Amino acid sequence: MKDNYIPLSSLSVGEKAVVKKLTSKGLIRRRLMDLGLINNTVVEVLHKSPLGDPVAYLIRGAVIALRSEVASMILIEKFNLEEK
Amino acid sequence: MGLSKTATGLNILQDELKIERTSPEDKIIALGGNPNVGKSTVFNKLTGLNQHTGNWPGKTVTNAFGAYNYKNCNFILVDLPGTYSLMANSVEEEVARDFICFAEPHATVIVIDATCLERNLNLVLQTLEITSKVILCVNLIDEAKRKNINIDLEKLSEELGIPVVGTSATKSIGLSSLMDEIYKLCCNEVELTPINIKYTKEIEEAISMVEEKVKTMIPSKLNPRWTSIKLLEGDMKLLNSIDKYLGFDLSKENTIINEVKRARDFLKTTGIDSDSFRDITVSTLVNISERISKKVVTINNKDYDDFDRKIDNYLTSKKFGFPIMAFLLMVIFWITISGANIPSEILAKGFTILEDSLSLFFQWINAPSWLHDVLVLGIFRTLAWVVSVMLPPMAIFFPLFTLLEDLGYLPRVAFNLDNFFKKSYACGKQALTMCMGFGCNAAGIIGCRIIDSPRERLIAVITNNFVPCNGRFPILIAVTSMFFAGIVKGSFQPVILTLIVTTVIVLGIFMTLLISKILSKTILRGLPSNFTLELPPYRKPQVGRIIIRSIFDRTLFVLGRAVVVAIPAGLIIWIMANVYIRDSNILTFTANLLNPLAKLIGLDGYILLAFILGFPANEIVIPILLMSYMATGSLTELNSLAELKDFLVANGWTWVTAISVMLFSLMHWPCATTCLTIRKETQSLKWTIVSFLTPTLAGFAVCFLVVNLIRFFNLL
Repeated sequence: MKDNYIPLSSLSVGEKAVVKKLTSKGLIRRRLMDLGLINNTVVEVLHKSPLGDPVAYLIRGAVIALRSEVASMILIEKFNLEEK
Repeated sequence: MGLSKTATGLNILQDELKIERTSPEDKIIALGGNPNVGKSTVFNKLTGLNQHTGNWPGKTVTNAFGAYNYKNCNFILVDLPGTYSLMANSVEEEVARDFICFAEPHATVIVIDATCLERNLNLVLQTLEITSKVILCVNLIDEAKRKNINIDLEKLSEELGIPVVGTSATKSIGLSSLMDEIYKLCCNEVELTPINIKYTKEIEEAISMVEEKVKTMIPSKLNPRWTSIKLLEGDMKLLNSIDKYLGFDLSKENTIINEVKRARDFLKTTGIDSDSFRDITVSTLVNISERISKKVVTINNKDYDDFDRKIDNYLTSKKFGFPIMAFLLMVIFWITISGANIPSEILAKGFTILEDSLSLFFQWINAPSWLHDVLVLGIFRTLAWVVSVMLPPMAIFFPLFTLLEDLGYLPRVAFNLDNFFKKSYACGKQALTMCMGFGCNAAGIIGCRIIDSPRERLIAVITNNFVPCNGRFPILIAVTSMFFAGIVKGSFQPVILTLIVTTVIVLGIFMTLLISKILSKTILRGLPSNFTLELPPYRKPQVGRIIIRSIFDRTLFVLGRAVVVAIPAGLIIWIMANVYIRDSNILTFTANLLNPLAKLIGLDGYILLAFILGFPANEIVIPILLMSYMATGSLTELNSLAELKDFLVANGWTWVTAISVMLFSLMHWPCATTCLTIRKETQSLKWTIVSFLTPTLAGFAVCFLVVNLIRFFNLL
C-alpha cells in the first residue's frame, strides 16, 4: 500500500492525485495545510511555468503555484481510473 | 541577521491599532478575508475611501480604516491584511489575528470568494473559534453565477450559525443588507449560534483540562476555549501578544502552565505530539469546510474554469509566456510614449501663455525683477515643466498598468519569473513587490510583507529600488524622447523609444536578480525558502474605476507631491545661486566640488547635485537641474522637449550624458520617503543603510563601466 505513494512533483500536466502525506515540517507544512492540503485532498496538475518550475495545481477550487521542492514533499497516490 | 521578533509584527500593529474614534459610541468593524476576494472593494464601497485594489494576493498590506454612517450610527471599518489563516505564521496573519483578538471589534466581517467557498471557509471557522460576532460576506456572487456556481446562503447561515450576506461589491449589490446585518449585530439584535467545532475525543479532553484553569484566570477579553487550544499548540506568539495588549503574562501563571504540561503529557500517551496536534486541528477545520461546502454549493457546470485554464495555457506557456510578457510591457510603453506627446505639447503651450500673463502681472504691480525671476522664471517654469512633461505619461501609464493588475495578470508574471528568483535564492513574490515599486518604491517596500521568510523579505526590500517608480519613470521617457528619438525618422520613432525604455526596465529587473543573488551569497546568505502563490481567476476589470482611481490616487498624488517639494527646492536653488562664497555662488561651488566624481560616471556636478537635492522626491530631479542650469546660465524658453534638449546640449549634454542620467536615475539611493519606510519596516538602521548603499554603489559601478566602455570604443 505504502509503495504507491509518490511525490506530487512527479506527476505530469493533466494528472490527478490524492494527497496521502506531507513530509515537510514547520512553516511550509502549515502553509500547505492552510491551503487545504490535508490527507485525501484531490490535487490536479494544471500547467507548468515557462521554465518548467513552479507548477500550478488545482487545490480545492483554487489555483496554487508550488516550486518543485515543495511539491516533492507532498506524497500522493495517483487517481485510479476506476475510482473516477 | 534578519528581523528580530519585535521588529516584525507588534510594533507595526500598535501603530495601526490607533483608530480615530469620533465618539465612544462608534462601532468598530474588522474586515478580514483571504487575499484577493474583493475585500478592499467592499471596504471602498462602504466607506467611500480609495483603498487601492488589485487582482492579486497581498494587496492590503497595512490596516486601512475608514468610517461610514448607517441609521445614525457611526461605523469604523478596519481593512485587515488578507490572510489564508489566523495561525500567525506571518506578519500579516499576526496583524489580522491580533486585531480580531485584542482590538475587540464590535463585529468581524469575513469576506469570502463565492467561486472558491470551500477554501475560504477555513478562515471563517478559525475566526469563529476566537469570536462569535462574525458576519459572513459572500462576495463575487455574480461571478459565481456567471460560472454556474450556486450557493445556498440560507443554508450556509444555518450551518455556521451566523448572518450570511451575498454581495457583488463592484456592482454595489448586497451592500445595504451587509450594512444592515452589521448594524443588527452591533445592536445585539441577532441571535448568534456559532457552529460547534469539535475535535477528536482525546484532544477535546485535553482542551477541557486546560480550559478549566484558563477560564477563571485569563482576562475576560479572551475566549478561554480558543486560548486553551493555542496553549496546547504551543503558540508562543500569542503569549507575547496577550502580554503586550492585555498586560497579562501567561507564561508566569504556573497553574496554567502546569496544566498545559499535564494535558500535553496526556496527549502524548495517546500518540499525539504538538506537531500532530496542529495537524489534527487544522485538518478538522478543513474537513468541516469541505462538509459544509458540499451541502451549500452546487456546481452546475463542471468546466466553469475552462476559460481561465485556456488563457493560462497561453500566458504561462513555454512558447508564449515570456514573449507575451515582453509584448505587453512594450505595448504599455508604446501607448504611453506616443500618447503622451500631444497632450504634453498642448500643456506646454498653455503654460507659456500663462507665464506671459504672469510676467505682465508682475510688471503691472511693479514687482522687483528678482522676485519675478524667482517666482516666474524659476518656480513657475519648472513646475510647468513637471506638469506638462510628467502628467501625460503618468496619466496614460498608470491606468494601463492598473488594467493588467485588475485582470489578474500580475500573479502570472510572478509565476513566470519565479524560476529566475529561485536561481537568485529569492522569493517569486518579489516580482509582485517589484510591480508595486512601479507605482512607488515605498509602497513596494511595505508590500514586501507578503514574503514570509525574513531573509527573502530583506532582499526584496533592498532591491526594490531597481524598479523605477513613477517619480523616475518620466525622467526615463523624457530623456529618451529628447536624445534618442532622432535615431530614426518618422513613424518608427515611438518604436525605438519603446525599445529603449523597455531595455532600461529589463536592465532594472536584471539588476534586481543579480543583486539578490549577490546578497544571498554574502550578507544575506541562505537557501531559497518555499513559497506558495495563488493564481486567482481572471476578472473583468472595472475600466471606469481604474481610470478614475489611477488618475486621482496615483497621478495627482505624485504630481501634488512633486509640486509641494519643488517649491521649497526652487527657493533653496535660488538661495544657493545667489549666496556667494568668495567669487562663486554656493551652487557652482558645490557643483564644482562634485564635478570630478560626477565626470567619472558620465554626469556633471550639477546633475549629481540635482540627484542629491532630489532626495526628498525623485520627481524634482530634472526641475532642480533645470533651475540650477538657469541660475548660472542664460534663461531659455522651454516650450517643447526639442527646446529643452537644446538647452541641455548648451549645458554640455551629449548622448553619453543622457545614457548616464537614465542609468543613474534607475540606480541610485532611494528617496527619503522610501528610506523612512525601510527603517520602519526593517526596524533596523543597518538594513536601511544597506538599502541606501546597494543601489547607489550599483549605479556608480554600472555608469562608470558603461561610460568608460563608450569612451574606450570611441577612442578606437
